[in-house]
Amino acid sequence: MPEKIEDIEIQLLLEALYQRYHYDFRNYAQASVKRRLKQAREQMGFSSFSAIQESLLHDPAMLGRLLGYLTVQVSEMFRDPSYFRAIREKVVPHLRTYPSVKVWIAGCSSGEELYSFVILFREEGLEQRTLFYATDINQDALAKAETGIYDLDRIQLFTENHRKSGGKSSLSDYYSAAYGKASFDKSLRKRVVFSDHSLVTDAVFAEMHLVSCRNVLIYFDPVLQDRALGLFKDSLARRGFLGLGAKESLRFSDHAGSFTDCVREEKIYQKLAE
Amino acid sequence: MTGVSAEAVVIGASAGAVEALSVILPSLPADYRLPVFVVVHVPPDVKSILAELFQAKCKIEVREAEDKEPIKGGTAYFAPADYHLLVETDKSLSLSNDEAVLYSRPSVDVLFESAADVYGPGLVAVVLTGANQDGARGLRAVADAGGRAIAQEPEGAYASAMPKAAIAKCPHARVLSLQEIAVYLQDVEKV
Ligand SMILES: C[S@@+](CC[C@H](N)C(=O)[O-])C[C@H]1O[C@@H](n2cnc3c(N)ncnc32)[C@H](O)[C@@H]1O
Repeated sequence: MPEKIEDIEIQLLLEALYQRYHYDFRNYAQASVKRRLKQAREQMGFSSFSAIQESLLHDPAMLGRLLGYLTVQVSEMFRDPSYFRAIREKVVPHLRTYPSVKVWIAGCSSGEELYSFVILFREEGLEQRTLFYATDINQDALAKAETGIYDLDRIQLFTENHRKSGGKSSLSDYYSAAYGKASFDKSLRKRVVFSDHSLVTDAVFAEMHLVSCRNVLIYFDPVLQDRALGLFKDSLARRGFLGLGAKESLRFSDHAGSFTDCVREEKIYQKLAE
Repeated sequence: MTGVSAEAVVIGASAGAVEALSVILPSLPADYRLPVFVVVHVPPDVKSILAELFQAKCKIEVREAEDKEPIKGGTAYFAPADYHLLVETDKSLSLSNDEAVLYSRPSVDVLFESAADVYGPGLVAVVLTGANQDGARGLRAVADAGGRAIAQEPEGAYASAMPKAAIAKCPHARVLSLQEIAVYLQDVEKV
C-alpha cells in the first residue's frame, strides 16, 4: 500500500519540529503521536498537518502549544500504590546503607511522582541525605512541578493511594488547602533539582542510586526505549535500582542482561555489579 | 468492501461484555487466521482477569496485550485495565496512558481508530453490548476506511445504548445477533 499523504505530512512535521527546535518525536510510537496530532489539528483549527508545520516553522509560540499535545501529562501521586510499597519495603532498606543517595525521577510531568518519593523518603528518614533530580522535556509541566499546586478534587485519590502504598503519615501534613487548590509545602522541594532533560537527545548526568521512569517509555518505539534504558544503565551506580511503569519492562531490551529482577511484578530492577 | 480479504478483528464491549464475548470468542477455531483485539471497559484499579477467564474457554490463544508486542494471528488480545490499546503500522501493539476518552480507558474508539488506520478495508469491527456511547465514533472510522462494521442487535443486547449509538453514527453497519456475529467472524477469515 502506498504511504498515506497524512503519514507523509506527519513525518515532515516531526522533522520540522526536530530541525527547528531540536525536539525529537520522530521515533515515538506512531499510533499515539498521530492520535494526538489529530487532536491538535482539530482543536487548534488547522486544515492539515502541513498547515501546522508551516505555522510551527515561522511562529515560535506554536512550539509550546504543540508540545502540550505531543507530551502526555497524565499523572497521580502514589500512582500504582503497590509500586511505592515495593520501593518502601524492598529498595529503601538498601538505600539506607548509603551515606548519601541520589534519585532521578525521569519524565516527572507536573511533579506528582516526585512528591510521592520525597514524602516516602521523609517518612523513612532518608530525605535529608538524598538529592532528587526531577526531569522532563515539557517546561510547563516542570514549572507546575516546581510550584507543587494541584486541584483539591484530586487529593482524595492521592490520599487513598498514599494510604494503600503503606504511608506512615497523613498526606494532609504536607499541603495546605485554599481556594480549591492544595499547595504542597516548599520544604518538600529543598532537596530537589528540577531540570529540562530529554531521554531522547540528552546524555547521562550523575551517578544515581535509584532511577524511576514510569509511563514514559511506553510512548517510545523499541529503538528509543533501548536508548533510554542504556542511559539509565550508564547513570546507575553498581547495584543501583531502576523502576519502570506497570506496563513497561526490560524484557525486549538489549540491556536486559545488565539487570536482575528486584521486584518482578512491580517492574523494579537492580543493576548487576559486573 | 467485499472481496478484500480480512486481516484483523476488533471488538468493543462494556456492560454485559463477558456473556456476549462468551458466545463469540469460544466459537473461533484453533487455527483461526486473524488477530482479534478486544476492549472491555473494566475498572482501573482491578487487575484484569478477562484474559485468563477466556483463555480457559477458548480454542484460540487469549492474552492481555503487552506494549510493543508483535501481532500474531489466531490470538485474542485484551486491553489491560487503565491503558488504551493501539495498533501500530508495523503490526505491533502499543499501550498508552493518555486521558480517558468518554470516561473510558481503555477506550473502544481509540482502538478502532488506530486499527482502521492500519488495516483499512481489511478490518472487521464489532460493537457489542454497553451502556454508553464508546465505539460509535470508532465504528464510523472503520467504515470510512472501507472496513466491515458490525453492531450487535440492540434488542438482544444486555445494554442497548452502545450498539444503538454505533448504528446511529454508522447507519450502514450490519446489525446481527450474537450467534450471527460468531458465524460471521468464522466465515470472514476465509474471504
Ligand atoms: C504520562 S507522563 C508520566 C508521568 C509520571 N512519570 C507518572 O508515571 O505518573 C509522561 C511524561 O513523559 C514526558 N516525556 C515525554 N518524552 C520525554 C523525553 N524524551 N524525555 C523526558 N521526558 C519525556 C512527558 O512530558 C510527560 O511529562
